[in-house]
Amino acid sequence: MKKQTHSHRFWMLPAVVLLSVTLFGCNGSNGNFSSNSDAAQKVYVAPGELDEFYGFMSGGYNGQLGVYGLPSGRHIFTVPVFSQAAVNGYGYSEETKAMLNTSHGFVPWGDAHHPELSQTNGETDGRWIFINENNTPRVARIGLDEFKTQEIIEIPNSAGNHASAFVTPNTEYVSAATRFSIPMDENMQGMDVSIDSYKDTFRGTISFIKVSDEGKMNIDFQILMPGFDYDLSHSGKGPSDGWAFFTSYNSEQAHTLLEINASKNDKDFIAAINWRKAAEYVKEGKGTMMPGKHVRNYIDHEEGGIAKSETIDEVRVLDPRELEGIVYFLPTPKSPHGVDVDPTGQYIIAGGKLSTVIPVHSFDKMINAIDSEDYEGEVMGIPVLKYDSILHGEVEDPGLGPLHTEFDGKGFAYTTAFISSEVVKWDIENTQVVDRIDTYYSPGHLMIPGGDSQKPDGKYLVALNKITKDRYLPTGPEMFHSAQLIDISGDKMQLLLDFPTEGEPHYAQGIKAEKVMERQKRFYKLEDNTHPYRATSEAQTRIERDGNEVHVYMTTIRSHFAPDNIEGIKVGDKVYFHVTNLEQDWDVPHGFAIKGANNAELLIMPGETLTMTWEPQQVGVFPFYCTDFCSALHQEMQGYVRVSPENSDPEIKYGTGQ
Amino acid sequence: MKLSKILIAVSLSLAFMLSGCGGSGDGGNQQQTQAQKQQNESGLSDFEMEHGIGPVTETISLGDEVDMELAQKGKELFELKCSACHKVNERYIGPAMNDVLERRSPTYVMNMILNPDGMTKNHPEAKKLLQEFMSPMPNQGLSQEEARAIVEFFASDLE
Repeated sequence: MKKQTHSHRFWMLPAVVLLSVTLFGCNGSNGNFSSNSDAAQKVYVAPGELDEFYGFMSGGYNGQLGVYGLPSGRHIFTVPVFSQAAVNGYGYSEETKAMLNTSHGFVPWGDAHHPELSQTNGETDGRWIFINENNTPRVARIGLDEFKTQEIIEIPNSAGNHASAFVTPNTEYVSAATRFSIPMDENMQGMDVSIDSYKDTFRGTISFIKVSDEGKMNIDFQILMPGFDYDLSHSGKGPSDGWAFFTSYNSEQAHTLLEINASKNDKDFIAAINWRKAAEYVKEGKGTMMPGKHVRNYIDHEEGGIAKSETIDEVRVLDPRELEGIVYFLPTPKSPHGVDVDPTGQYIIAGGKLSTVIPVHSFDKMINAIDSEDYEGEVMGIPVLKYDSILHGEVEDPGLGPLHTEFDGKGFAYTTAFISSEVVKWDIENTQVVDRIDTYYSPGHLMIPGGDSQKPDGKYLVALNKITKDRYLPTGPEMFHSAQLIDISGDKMQLLLDFPTEGEPHYAQGIKAEKVMERQKRFYKLEDNTHPYRATSEAQTRIERDGNEVHVYMTTIRSHFAPDNIEGIKVGDKVYFHVTNLEQDWDVPHGFAIKGANNAELLIMPGETLTMTWEPQQVGVFPFYCTDFCSALHQEMQGYVRVSPENSDPEIKYGTGQ
Repeated sequence: MKLSKILIAVSLSLAFMLSGCGGSGDGGNQQQTQAQKQQNESGLSDFEMEHGIGPVTETISLGDEVDMELAQKGKELFELKCSACHKVNERYIGPAMNDVLERRSPTYVMNMILNPDGMTKNHPEAKKLLQEFMSPMPNQGLSQEEARAIVEFFASDLE
């Protein structure tokens, strides 16, 4: 697609959108390579060889985290996080279903948005990856030793956790902020008020989740904010370490037809939060403990890896009108979306999605303006700095609809332009555009491995496109989103590869593979199995009845179950199959499924114990079997359960090979 | 190309013939010669033929008296990691273990425990067993010390 010379007039946008849509329709604009074989060589990972980077892409509305190899673009795994996963029983099995508990009860689905790797000294360290859930506000922590969700914490007094889950340079905190403000009274309680009382009653919160050395999360404090929409966030680093930046829009405080009504002001705000100062206030006992019921779910590694839930009733709330110096507003053009801090920590870049320029704020200038109280006013007690006093520069002609920016660590920034469907490379120091490349089509976020940290690996860039159209074989109305891998190692960006991504990858993270590979668990040691219903040898397999509850202690190994013949079960029983996989080798899971289970299968990793609940409703003999082809005799890996009538009194009998 | 195909065919049929023999060491000279050929073609050394292929590359000898503490540890490990497929006194998924040290050297047993994939792929005796029992022996992730303890258990009177 040819770039238009665009007027800096917002009314031009509809015409360009129309033009872009027309262009999508035609065939032929596919990113003509100067050399296909050169591009192929750069992404070719020969059979048996491994990718250079892990790419972690949010699954968006599938609620999960996709894992991809880069540069090949191979989809290598999906980590279940916020949605039940029938593929392995996550959210169904007795061990994992507590992970989806919230103050609203069990929530089987979530909307995952922004993954963020843990950092040490401003560099990704491969310990954990955090990801936020927008719909029922939550943040999850996934352990990269086992690629499993290990903890999920709910965010109280929030309604749509979008500006999340961004970490501070030593993973002291993970950010969270409400996308939708809601009416809350002085006790942070929900209010039964008319929606058109928005300006009087609706408020927002920005939360900071403290992360312990072991990864345990707790909400250290919440800052009460004006009733805007809070959109995205990034922490400061280097000189700006101790600060975090949050974009807001709807400073108009519209409550209906935001498409028009929240797009009126020339400028909205980036909220600059001095989290270090806020944390000091908290240490001094400042702020108020307020009602804020939320649930924290965690895998208890001490007790069999079983997920447990705890409810926390209160949260510490800081009011910036009372506690000076924790929040300042940076005026920023036209409903800014992304906010990104360059690797030096000096520049704060906003993606003003309706703006014709990209504003670049200077951290030094911001501090000077704060020190000299160079304010243009205040909003609800929060000082508003003067735009011209804090501006480093504006990037002219950055493409239409700039959204997000990442960095290569060589002085350049790369910004996605959603409407004009391109990535624009520009020089951070002089704010001049130096290169641009089309993407297919309409990129949202983009990702450079380490590209939002202090140490980017500026070799590849992945554009995460929102629209796919003609890029793959058509699959009906619904299509996987397209991603494009772009080589950024030279002066000119080069398109290397298209690859499909599952769900909707909003944000993504990338990391050198060796940082993650070295901490991989290959199986769980049977000796370390602390599950209360484990059977770590066939000698321990048994069946115990307690009223109508029946506990089956079962084992699997290639290729049989023990026991595999079970009698004495009755209609109306609640049968718990506690299945321990006795294998002690890498990549030998066994599956467990039984006819008619109103449930999902179990996929049990070597050395692990998982539990399926089964409530038989019919008399008969029901087969169960291993669902994961495990050996040449996998088809023989089966068993039977005899179910007798409810009012009968059958003897419990079980065994294997008798 | 043709030659290598022929070679593969020859060695395959040879392997098949061998596994067809099924004897356990009481065969005559002819069988010995065939075993010798097989040994040369599979590239195994005399040590590997007798003591197996794996991480244990020096001969392990049992003491004159059984170390009962070690044997007890081995028994516990056997129950945890092996008993789903091996019984002491009867054939189950795999062979019975009560007389294994009459058939194999302690080193061989350790290498079979520690490197079952390599053994069933490359060692003629282990290959034979795989053909007989059909279920490949899984690698249970034991250390050399643990495998040694299990051998001590096999050498003891414990059951």
